[in-house]
Amino acid sequence: MNASAYWYCLLGVLGREFRRFVQQRSRFLSSLVRPLLWLVVFAAGFRAALGIAIIPPYETYITYEVYIAPGLIGIIILFNGMQSSLSMVYDREMGSMRVLLTSPLPRGYLLLCKLFAGAAVSLAQVYAFLIIARFLDVDPPLIGYLAVMPATLLSALMLGALGLLLSSLIRQLENFAGVMNFVVFPLFFLSSALYPLWKMREASEWLYWICAFNPFTHAVELIRFALYGQFNAAAFWITAGTTVLLTIAAIIGFDPGRGLLQRKGPPRPA
Amino acid sequence: MSDNRAAICVRGLNHHYGSRAALSDVSFELAAGAFLALLGPNGAGKTTLFSLLTRLLAAPAGTIELFGHDLRREAQRAMRTLGVVFQQPTLDLDLSVAQNLSYHGALQGMPPAEVRRRSVEELERFQLADRRNDRVRDLNGGHRRRVEIARALLHQPRLLLLDEASAGLDLETRRALYAHVRGLCRERGTAVLWTTHLVEELDASDETLVLHRGELVARGSLETLRAQQGGVSAEDAILALTRRSA
Repeated sequence: MNASAYWYCLLGVLGREFRRFVQQRSRFLSSLVRPLLWLVVFAAGFRAALGIAIIPPYETYITYEVYIAPGLIGIIILFNGMQSSLSMVYDREMGSMRVLLTSPLPRGYLLLCKLFAGAAVSLAQVYAFLIIARFLDVDPPLIGYLAVMPATLLSALMLGALGLLLSSLIRQLENFAGVMNFVVFPLFFLSSALYPLWKMREASEWLYWICAFNPFTHAVELIRFALYGQFNAAAFWITAGTTVLLTIAAIIGFDPGRGLLQRKGPPRPA
Repeated sequence: MSDNRAAICVRGLNHHYGSRAALSDVSFELAAGAFLALLGPNGAGKTTLFSLLTRLLAAPAGTIELFGHDLRREAQRAMRTLGVVFQQPTLDLDLSVAQNLSYHGALQGMPPAEVRRRSVEELERFQLADRRNDRVRDLNGGHRRRVEIARALLHQPRLLLLDEASAGLDLETRRALYAHVRGLCRERGTAVLWTTHLVEELDASDETLVLHRGELVARGSLETLRAQQGGVSAEDAILALTRRSA
């Protein structure tokens, strides 16, 4: 296989993900409505209750809406990663994943294409959110709109890899509900998405440490700093390292010899 | 370019689900350009063998070579020779016929222009050219099946695996599919492994493997198998073979 075959494959997977995303209008709308509800309703309620001190990367006092905007970008990416995972489980149940797995290209590369395509869809959703959020007084500097792109992509790759790993672990679509309770909500609420870590520390030392170890916290911080044209090195390395680890685990999960496709029972009737 | 290597060469294949053996010491060859039917009742191990041949599962013991390429060591070269139609539908229902073919072509590493050209050819062959922009969800079962077969042939594979591909098709479409597949063997030299449990789909002269409880219990043309069982019907010959080995 020459290099162009790899390129055509990437284009094909990207094209499919975008076509499916555009055709599923409710998915697109819900991906925007969810964070906007948080921004308009939740943040308005908490604005009075929560005072945000001057913390990096902010150089002045900020409203709560401005504080949670990076966290809401995080939740867009998180839900999109889980949506990709759900669609992988659905594809496996419906059989269409076999088309992907019987490609002559290396399975690891195919999964990377899926990851990248999912991240690209997340990026489109994030920019749609940022445009609307600008009308709601979330207006980072213009350089932030550019700098947030790589930060969003890296975070989307990390959460997409988590989704891929989960899809290799989950055997049936029905089991996916547990992901919301045991993965999505803990990742989101035990992070700096909704409240700064120092606030969490005031409430509970051990909760603070859980939040500090949560990779989603670092993805949100990477985005927060990038939105203001700054680079948070610690957040970058933790997010990048977690992305690599989760991607390797997902590739192993889809390896026919070692991974979880090697089931204990017979394959579904084929 | 002529290639004398066997399209499929399976040696000593074993597979277990826990303590239950799904395949035991299975060995067979399929010559390039030849047609081979794989028969067996439900639970015989056909699906497991198919999953191993398509690399959805990895065999713990034994070897599989496709045109001389070991499926474990040279997976990419081996998989390039392969076109597959699974029994279970594998089309993306939300995409159009053309988009499904385009996605498959991309996964095979084909340039978009070639995918478009080949899609037109295959869809015309299967009388689906006027449905190319329809969503697969809007097609009936027979049309969906034809799309899957057109898709499997898009990259012009040298080996075609069909796992109960005629399931759910009406008699006329089944006959047309069989005739088309036999035509591929004759005209393009495509090797075909046709998995089924419907003996009536096959010609008496078709080379046949009979799988039962994970073991190959017979090989030969249907005529030969019938003769070996005392001239009974083909169905009765297969039943006798699978009962005897029970």
